[in-house]
Amino acid sequence: MIPTDYYIFLGSGLFTIGVIGVLTRRNVLIILMSIELILNAVNINLVALSQYFKSVDGQVFAIFVITDAAAEAAVGLGLIIALFRNKETVNADEIDLLKW
Amino acid sequence: MLDTIWLIPVFPLLGAAIQLFFGRRSSNRAVSAVSVGLPGLSFLWALGCFAQFLGLPESYHHVFLRPLYTWLPAGAFHLSNGSLGNLNVNVGMQLDPLSCVMMLVVTGVGFLIHVYSIGYMSHEGGYYRFFGYLNLFMFSMLVLVLADNYLMMFVGWEGVGLCSYLLIGFYFLRKSASDAGKKAFIVNRIGDAAFLLGVMLMVVTFGTLDFQTITAVARNPHLHVGGGVITTICILLFIGATGKSAQIPLYVWLPDAMEGPTPVSALIHAATMVTAGVYMVARSNALYVLSPTALGLVAAIGAATAIWAASIGLVQNDIKRVLAYSTVSQLGYMFLACGVGAFAAGVFHLMTHAFFKALLFLGSGSVIHALSGEQDMRKMGALWHKIPTTAKTMLIGTLAITGTPLLSGFFSKDEILWQSFSSPYGNKLLWAVAVVTAGMTAFYMFRLFFLTFAGSSRVPHEVEHHIHESPSSMTVPLICLAVGAVGAGYLGWPKVLGGPNWFEKFLDPVFENPAMRPALEHTWNLEFGLMLLSVAIALVGFFVAYYWYVKQPGIAERVAAAAGAAYSLLLHKYYIDEIYDALFVHRVEDLGSALAAFDLGVVDGGVNGVGWTTRMSAELSRLWDTWVIDGLVNVLAFVVKIMSWPARIVQTGLVQNYAWFITMGVLIFMVYYLVPFRAFFAWLF
Repeated sequence: MIPTDYYIFLGSGLFTIGVIGVLTRRNVLIILMSIELILNAVNINLVALSQYFKSVDGQVFAIFVITDAAAEAAVGLGLIIALFRNKETVNADEIDLLKW
Repeated sequence: MLDTIWLIPVFPLLGAAIQLFFGRRSSNRAVSAVSVGLPGLSFLWALGCFAQFLGLPESYHHVFLRPLYTWLPAGAFHLSNGSLGNLNVNVGMQLDPLSCVMMLVVTGVGFLIHVYSIGYMSHEGGYYRFFGYLNLFMFSMLVLVLADNYLMMFVGWEGVGLCSYLLIGFYFLRKSASDAGKKAFIVNRIGDAAFLLGVMLMVVTFGTLDFQTITAVARNPHLHVGGGVITTICILLFIGATGKSAQIPLYVWLPDAMEGPTPVSALIHAATMVTAGVYMVARSNALYVLSPTALGLVAAIGAATAIWAASIGLVQNDIKRVLAYSTVSQLGYMFLACGVGAFAAGVFHLMTHAFFKALLFLGSGSVIHALSGEQDMRKMGALWHKIPTTAKTMLIGTLAITGTPLLSGFFSKDEILWQSFSSPYGNKLLWAVAVVTAGMTAFYMFRLFFLTFAGSSRVPHEVEHHIHESPSSMTVPLICLAVGAVGAGYLGWPKVLGGPNWFEKFLDPVFENPAMRPALEHTWNLEFGLMLLSVAIALVGFFVAYYWYVKQPGIAERVAAAAGAAYSLLLHKYYIDEIYDALFVHRVEDLGSALAAFDLGVVDGGVNGVGWTTRMSAELSRLWDTWVIDGLVNVLAFVVKIMSWPARIVQTGLVQNYAWFITMGVLIFMVYYLVPFRAFFAWLF
């Protein structure tokens, strides 16, 4: 039986990699992939702690998150296509529309 | 009919209104039917009024007054002698023997000239305009002669001046015609201003402008008005008359007025309008009799104008100009008569002159018509058989004006000559001038006649083909006027020839005046002798003209060459136009230039200065705005910009930066809550 700590370490490692990916990568697609990493890190935590607390709630939440991630991927890819059509780029640092 | 006497001027006014408002679209036939018919109607009405006037009972004292309404109720004011006056100017009609004569002459001769114009103007443009103006003139002239006060007379006086201007400038595309119109109008203005001053002086002197009242006051032996005032009034009125009736010094407009169509010259510048001055002086006879000075001036100006204009007429070559100077000269005769106190003789000559001068002008118009517009007598000649009716009627007119015995001019002119010789206001010098003028008149009139109708033809070949007698609408008026020119004189058949002098007796109620110096008794021998003398002088004029222009053609040129400077002086009309130009016209133009310079320099300069000042102050304002107001705002903005720098650099618009801040914030809070600082510090101290 693998101790719960390991899962926690794995989840936080994965989360950190995802956050660094979101914050540092230029390509919007990579950023989206990094967000998936973050979500999955959360999923690992949820499932691991569900096991630890002998409660099924965490697993239910994990299913919700997976559903949400699928929907988010669909919406995110649609946004990226629309963005590319307007700006001819998928580089996050060339997109500063929030300034105005 | 007398009650509706006001219809006499209203008929032509109606015609004028119809022509000037609707004439453009009507046919020539309709225009002439209306515009000749209405003056004809007014002539018939005048005849009816005249007949009724003669039948008035004695209690009317030979005056019929028909007030219509109060025009100017000016109210109370102080007269020049301090008493209170109350001025009410009426629009009203006055019919007395004098206005009867004028009314009949104006409507009668006017109607004939309207008929004549149908033929004369048939080929001209602006047919309706011509008849509209002509009718308007008839209206104004009738207002002038039928008015019962000076102000209403002045209205007519100005009206005829306006129509004269419009008709002289009828061919307004020709510069000379429009210039002549302006000249007539402006020269008349000078006289009119004096007339108006005279009228104002009458208002403050008499407190009324009614002819009847003023005449009654002036004839009152207890009149309390200074002779100086009366003389001033008379002279001012006379200056008005010199303008309208073309006397020295204001006669210069009349010869130029010949630029108008010939019927206009006949009606306005010979028969009616120019006699308005004579009528006005005759109308004011009660005042003039009080002022021998003014009478003397009238006589002197009249005689001087008569001989002056006649001498110019001797050498003119334009057929209408000869007649124009002749008109000026004959008007001088009329004023001479008025000036020697023989108002009846002046009005008598006015009437006969209206006939024969209208006849001569219309005849000359017929000649001009026949020669396709030629007016130079040097290009006429031998027309006697080609236009016989015109020639014969012209001969009658010529005989009448030169004073041939038993024609109208003889009676009226000899009455004037006799009066200027024998009247207590006359003298031998005036008479001598008048007799010499009579000789000149005979010469220039026969010169005109011979050059036009006798001798050999000098008509250019291409014009010769078109020579034709005028249509009957033109010849019938000529014949009617010729009858008048022969017969009008018999109304004033003088006593010396055993006549009743009905005309003078008819006018007596207007002119008889106790203040007048008693006239000499007619001495048969003297008067008859003078009459023979004047006929002899006229005969001399006739024979000279006959010898020079028929018997020995060519001698006239030799005489002219021999006379040299004198001839050229006369041909150039004594250079009066040039002298007036130099003395007045150019001085007025100088004044105009000076005023223009003043306008340009001072007025425009002032306006420009104000504009410049405004511009400069606006410039200051602009600098203040740019540097101070805008500067303050900009400084404020700059401060805000500097202060907001830290806030601004955070707002990059890049989503990853924002994510960084969020992450950092979360990390800081996590560190703050997770790291046990308090325990650490507690442990430390």
